[in-house]
Amino acid sequence: MELSLATRIVAEHTVLEVGGEVDVYTAPRLRERLVELVDAGARNVVVDLGGVEFLDSTGLGVLVGAMKRLRVANGTFGLVCAKEPLLKIFRITALDQVFPIYPTIEAATADGDGSGPAS
Amino acid sequence: MATVRLSFSPAPVHVRTARLVGVAVARRAGVAEELLDEVRLAIGEACTRAVALHNQYGLPDLVTVEMSDSDSYAVRVIDHAPIEASVGLAKLPPDELADESLTDEALTTGVGFALLAGFVDDLQVRPVEDGPGTEVRMVWPVQRR
Repeated sequence: MELSLATRIVAEHTVLEVGGEVDVYTAPRLRERLVELVDAGARNVVVDLGGVEFLDSTGLGVLVGAMKRLRVANGTFGLVCAKEPLLKIFRITALDQVFPIYPTIEAATADGDGSGPAS
Repeated sequence: MATVRLSFSPAPVHVRTARLVGVAVARRAGVAEELLDEVRLAIGEACTRAVALHNQYGLPDLVTVEMSDSDSYAVRVIDHAPIEASVGLAKLPPDELADESLTDEALTTGVGFALLAGFVDDLQVRPVEDGPGTEVRMVWPVQRR
């Protein structure tokens, strides 16, 4: 399935809903959108991976790049992901220790200080 | 034993095709359904790596994916980049993943290798026998039907 991207505002967070396959071919479009959002002033960004069917190292690289960009801009960055196959990818790459990962959009947008998911 | 061989121009758009073919042949070979996500990801990572290397060195040569089933399902992804390009494949520690000095390319390469090593129990990276290039060989068990 092709990549789909949709943005909405939830509780003062910019939520980017991603769907389809994020790979070496489609990841540049995800990168462009995230750069556009930050350039347009978004500072609390949540990427919702709920509709993602496939995610590879290129897509993970784009997400890390966005997090770094927001860190420089004193912003926050979080992911919404509840799918076990995707969570396993984050665990294997140790990126689960890098990203705040939340089970729901509500949990991600309730954490306004960007300090990470409550455990 | 059956063999399926796919060769493609080193363009990102074709990596998805390689994944789809690789999973279709795996299913046909008898790889367990619960392993197919890992097969899809590993073949994608190996092909992404090969495409990146060909582009890095300006090589128009085709990337080859060879799938065969006998006692197991074996996939070989073959590139033709200089062998030294394969040096430096290493899993990155968590505290370096978000380091400012790490380039996007280095991050993606390190993460890609972590995924290959993490998802494939039987993984080998070795030089091709003829000419420059590297072969990434991955093997999964099959269920007898």
